[in-house]
Amino acid sequence: MWRRSLGRERMYRRERSIPLRGSAAALSNNLSVLQLPASDLMHFGVVHGPSAQILSSAPGGMPLAQRQLQVKVGVGVSPPLITQVHWCVLPFRVLLVLTSHRRIQMYESDGSLMVYWHALDSGDASSAQTLFARGIAASVHFICVGTWSGRILVFDIPAKGTNIVLNEELAGHQTPITDIATERAQGQDGVADMVTADDSGVLCVWRSGTVFTLLTRIPGFGVPCPSVQLWQGMVAAGYGNGQVRLYDATTGALHVQISAHARTICALDLAPEVGKLLSAAEDTFVHIWKLSRNPESGSIEVEHCHGECVSDTQLCGARFCDPSGCSFAVTGYDLAEILRFSSV
Amino acid sequence: MSVRTLPLLFLNLGGEMLYVLDQRLRAQNIPGDKARKVLNDIISTMFNRKFMEELFKPQELYSKKALRTVYDRLAHASIMRLNQASMDKLYDLMTMAFKYQVLLCPRPKDVLLVTFNHLDSIKGFIQDSPTILHQVDETFRQLTEIYGNLSAGEFQMIRQTLLIFFQDLHIRVSTFLKDKVQNSNGRFVLPVSGPVPWGTEVPGVIRIFNDKGEEVKKTGFKHGGNYVAAQKEGAFELYGDRVLKLGTNMYSANRPVETHMSATSKNLASKTQENIAPNPLAKEELNFLARLMGGMEIKKTSGPEPGFRLNLFTTDEEEEHAALSRPEELSYEVINIQATQDQQRNEELARIMGEFEITEQPEITEQSTSKGDDLLAMMDRL
Repeated sequence: MWRRSLGRERMYRRERSIPLRGSAAALSNNLSVLQLPASDLMHFGVVHGPSAQILSSAPGGMPLAQRQLQVKVGVGVSPPLITQVHWCVLPFRVLLVLTSHRRIQMYESDGSLMVYWHALDSGDASSAQTLFARGIAASVHFICVGTWSGRILVFDIPAKGTNIVLNEELAGHQTPITDIATERAQGQDGVADMVTADDSGVLCVWRSGTVFTLLTRIPGFGVPCPSVQLWQGMVAAGYGNGQVRLYDATTGALHVQISAHARTICALDLAPEVGKLLSAAEDTFVHIWKLSRNPESGSIEVEHCHGECVSDTQLCGARFCDPSGCSFAVTGYDLAEILRFSSV
Repeated sequence: MSVRTLPLLFLNLGGEMLYVLDQRLRAQNIPGDKARKVLNDIISTMFNRKFMEELFKPQELYSKKALRTVYDRLAHASIMRLNQASMDKLYDLMTMAFKYQVLLCPRPKDVLLVTFNHLDSIKGFIQDSPTILHQVDETFRQLTEIYGNLSAGEFQMIRQTLLIFFQDLHIRVSTFLKDKVQNSNGRFVLPVSGPVPWGTEVPGVIRIFNDKGEEVKKTGFKHGGNYVAAQKEGAFELYGDRVLKLGTNMYSANRPVETHMSATSKNLASKTQENIAPNPLAKEELNFLARLMGGMEIKKTSGPEPGFRLNLFTTDEEEEHAALSRPEELSYEVINIQATQDQQRNEELARIMGEFEITEQPEITEQSTSKGDDLLAMMDRL
């Protein structure tokens, strides 16, 4: 395992892995982490294929409880492939959202009870297209889910109960959605910013409220954008050619371009308290970057903090496990464990 | 996930199958004319127009079990016979080889180059048969038509679909172990050196731009790998330098190919889930098989041409031992015609398998549009 320390920056060491019942599927953004600040528990969600595994663990990595979720569409029909599993933290509740071919399902945060499901509409799909949902994020009291057509479904979530309603469908993309990220708008209550990405690399920045408005559209360059993050008015996007790009969310201007990886990026994550960005790719590497804004020019700056090589593993998911980026976890294709790292 | 995956999966697995059979035919000293006949018959069946038509229709991938049945049929398209143990080993080699190729493809689009490598080699096997050569070229044209303009995003989805198909397969192949492309735990080595994919920059550069879009600063960072720039892009035309070596023939007559059955006990749960279903194959899979194999025109071997049995192992005893010691979770559970079970259903299946002619059934009055419908209709009546 190659490691590099940068002066005062922390180094990370490998912690005990958490075993999985089934290996992780070769999807993007294939790890979701829910940190419960009240207790010391951590929830992890990983997609295996036709099932997803939800498990909780104690601080040391000892697995406590686990559950497998599937999408049941009918008797005698094999369950469809799941594309993503993700926790949505809303003002009054936390919901677990599962996207798959043909369906979106929402559960209570521990996966014990399904509270809502939505069948995808085939619309004007040709026979050469599979229907699927992919890309999940919470925006104030909405949950936004992307689809194969490029449309984004906006669900209105009540403070409790199952009366979830499809509020709006956003048009802005022409190719399948890959990822969605949100952040509370600075200095404004009840408003959030959202960035959506698709298979052709197009990024859309939205402002949410009762109605979502498209603020900026950043064109693609022929390469998919599997993962995207939003932090303090900066859009961080990871691309299929291994690049990480940082844009200004308001103007859409490109500020930084990093040749970060040698294969497609599969996941990006942010530690919002410190502005750390985590990038993981199919090239077996994980990198941690420090984002900042120049106080005079307002331009975005970035510094490389740390790199880690997970030998012979095509990574498929990566998340920070705490808001200050002291620890992170990764998943890899064919790997039946969640690898954990924490700083020394 | 992608409904355009099956042709690539089928052609590449078929290509690997031919590489192995070619090697075994030479290793077992089968006379040249017989060996050529076997390869010609299989290739001709593979690239049959009706079959290719069915194959290229947009459709989901089915299970490894279902696909295995198609290769079983294909391998027996000629005078050659394979015992189950040899067929199992053949399928193991085919799947692990293509899994390796997919994993190591620099770009998702490069799986098309891998397919072209297989087709180029297949054409080498049938150089003296212009009719079959024409069939292969026709398939080449179809591939270019369908995949030539797919976006990078669509290829990434094809790649993910293929990897899901190959998930949890960790059979160790002796050639791979010796060449150090596979670890002793069955996982493939993913090198962090060598040329980057075409269109990707060598990692390690950070570029800063001003609000006019001009580059104002360039710094480096230590990436950790040892990559170099790509030299040139492989050719996607009918003829050309593919550059990529993945998908070319790695077998030679002198290299025995062994597989080691390693039970991947950690993933037992996922395997048993597949095997728990009451029917060996779901209705949708039977439908798929009927449709696909209905398009296969297997030449009936007329005349006195004697058949022979090919052994994928070094001795008959080894083959017998392999059959007995194959771990349960790695069993492909091929459809075996059960004489005791449903007579009607078995006859229909057997007809599709081409084992014997079916006599006129009074219940079926008109020709159904597809054999799958026949099958389903029959099952519904049960």
